[in-house]
Amino acid sequence: MDMSFSSEQLAFRDEVREWIAGAMPDEMKRKADDGAVFENTESLAWHRILHEKGWVAPDWPVEVGGPGWDSARRFIFQEELLRANTPALSPFGLTMVGPLLIQYGSEEQQQRFLPPILSGEEIWCQGYSEPNAGSDLAALQLRAEKDGDDYVLNGQKTWTTYAQYADWIFLLCRTSSEGKRQEGISFLLADVKNTPGITVKPFLTTGGTYAFSETWFKDARVPQRYRVGPENGGWSMAKALLGHERTAIGGVSESGRWLQTLKRIARETPVGRGTLLDDPAFRRRIARLEMRHRAVSMVNLRTLAAAELGRAPGAESSILKLVGTEIFQEITELCMDALGHDSLGWIDSDPVALPERERFVASQFNYLRATTIYGGSNEVQRNVIAKQILGLPSAPPARKAS
Amino acid sequence: MNFELSEEQQILVDSVQRFVQNDSTVERFRKMRETERAWEPAMWARMGEMGWLSVPFPEAHGGFGGSFMDLALILEQLGRGLVPEPIIPSVVLAGGLISRLGSEEQRDRFLLPMIEGRSSLALAYAERQSRYDLADCLTRAEASGGAYRLSGEKTWVLNGHAADHIVVVARTSGDQLEATGLSLFVLDADTPGLSITRVNGMDGQRTGRLELDGVEVDTDRLLGPADAALAPLEWAIDRAAAAACAEGQGIVQELFERTVSYLKQREQFGVPIGSFQALQHRAADMFAEVELCKSCMILAAIQADAEDPEERAAEISAAKFQLTQGGWFVQSNAIQLHGGIGITDEQDEGLFFKRLRVLQGLFGDADHHSDRFQGLDGFDAEARQL
Repeated sequence: MDMSFSSEQLAFRDEVREWIAGAMPDEMKRKADDGAVFENTESLAWHRILHEKGWVAPDWPVEVGGPGWDSARRFIFQEELLRANTPALSPFGLTMVGPLLIQYGSEEQQQRFLPPILSGEEIWCQGYSEPNAGSDLAALQLRAEKDGDDYVLNGQKTWTTYAQYADWIFLLCRTSSEGKRQEGISFLLADVKNTPGITVKPFLTTGGTYAFSETWFKDARVPQRYRVGPENGGWSMAKALLGHERTAIGGVSESGRWLQTLKRIARETPVGRGTLLDDPAFRRRIARLEMRHRAVSMVNLRTLAAAELGRAPGAESSILKLVGTEIFQEITELCMDALGHDSLGWIDSDPVALPERERFVASQFNYLRATTIYGGSNEVQRNVIAKQILGLPSAPPARKAS
Repeated sequence: MNFELSEEQQILVDSVQRFVQNDSTVERFRKMRETERAWEPAMWARMGEMGWLSVPFPEAHGGFGGSFMDLALILEQLGRGLVPEPIIPSVVLAGGLISRLGSEEQRDRFLLPMIEGRSSLALAYAERQSRYDLADCLTRAEASGGAYRLSGEKTWVLNGHAADHIVVVARTSGDQLEATGLSLFVLDADTPGLSITRVNGMDGQRTGRLELDGVEVDTDRLLGPADAALAPLEWAIDRAAAAACAEGQGIVQELFERTVSYLKQREQFGVPIGSFQALQHRAADMFAEVELCKSCMILAAIQADAEDPEERAAEISAAKFQLTQGGWFVQSNAIQLHGGIGITDEQDEGLFFKRLRVLQGLFGDADHHSDRFQGLDGFDAEARQL
């Protein structure tokens, strides 16, 4: 067993670190150092910078525009991005529908959609959940009926994250109501901006930002050639796509960054004649979280190392979402405690009276309640572990009261 | 990065597994706990023959020259059978210190017979008032005319009841809590003035309480330089904590697997209780803790060989913390999910529960390791880096 990087890998790390330092615009760097939240326009700007360098899609094969890195290099690259606190990129094209199209898309679909995903010219969103189909996704009801070369869509999607910024949506819709619910679902790609009958309305989240949207479809026509996989075969497309997001969604590296923010807050928060970081009781609370974070980071490393050897993700990877998101939340909870009164302000306050970081912590603390809900709620994760990994039996059907 | 077992490690794991299944099941442990010694010299000799006791020592010291990870893999499997032979006190604690600090003569005299399974060792460091503070030492060793006279009391000496030789921590200078002034002495168990009282552990293993009443030893019993034992002692206790994580991992895994199979087999309301979602979610959370323990144990075993005390301390404290907190979640729920049968002595789960609880309390508990972790230089360095 070996934890270390080779000298080539270390040289690569230095190369990446140096490049990032040179490539980030000054204003972006300032915000990154302050731990502030980036606007969508900044995220797009960073996307274009990475694209020019050829590093925007580390996981893609070389033939479709990936840099051809092994998993160790991809890991190093991600760590360096987090180290520099660069803006997060929209994941829906690059790490979700893009890899799915590479795997299952037609030649035409690949040529049409992959280049603008890479360049950042087209941004994607995900249309899975509906008001009555959350954890029970197979209950979805957005209807797609064939008419000529098109499907005609009627119904509603919800939690379509950042749909207001998106050009395209990948969605699950009902193309048949016969047989098993899962076998009547198809996977479609739709132009959100230019299709008559599609409207998007963002929710204001408790984090004070517009992250999720509702998306309505009223007689919206989508060409059949934009269906991925066979008709009524959308469920397996959705499952394949889920495989791509499993490890990323635990946010292990991102929460590590927050752990450092937490310490910095504690060090800069005056208490009596010293700072909060001098308080042994508070230090112990941080230490406990940090030790736990080390544990989940190691689970992450084991998963990556297994992938590098070409092995399927082991059972340990299934806990990353569950544990990773809970630790992430606990870290932001502790950031709130650290800031005391200053954590209680809101983002619409005067920026001089309430500095950016304080406002950002409160916003993230609220928004991050979503991490244990999205991507399969943590309760669903527990169901999956219990059934698929531990092999526990299914629950008996509920008995009617007599 | 690579966390796969090497071919040699896989062979080692397989052979220890076979040993536990064929020769040292929980049934043997049950017999042993009824005896005074609570372990078998014949079995110890066999372990010596198989080379397990030589694993972490350099070849020049008569060892196998293996890594700490190799030893951890052995302990993990032995944990699954509650194998009671005193590997942690003999190999990791006293053996480790003799190998690290001893003269060639001391190694030949005290280490080699242990490696061959002909003798066993112990380390006497804890005192009534010391808790987990290794510097806290009231036992004194006064130099007088080419000899030392040791007086004081040592508690919770693992294998102290049965060891042939005991490494004793005593103060040659300084006050009770001072970091310098500690020295190590190798004593024969039958040295005049040394009285040893057997104390039975909750886990069915035995320890010794030592009273040293002007015990006289020659200067050739001094292990390593005088007044400078704290750093090597910390090293040895860190490795023992990593070893506890390894043995504990075997127990956590065993308790978890036994619980999952019980959930599938036990029926109430006409169905297996494992079909109830409340219990499924508990099992899923237990699984998460088992995997976290496993990851920490690997890191701790890798770091146990590290020369940088800071990194070693950070990972080993994190691992011991996880074994104590996460392991507790697994063991307490293992009993809870078994229901009443879980607290009967005839059921093995309770035996695993008790051994794990002992391992959690040895070499620093969760609070101790939290505090040590937050006291490391790196903890504050990170806060300054940004």
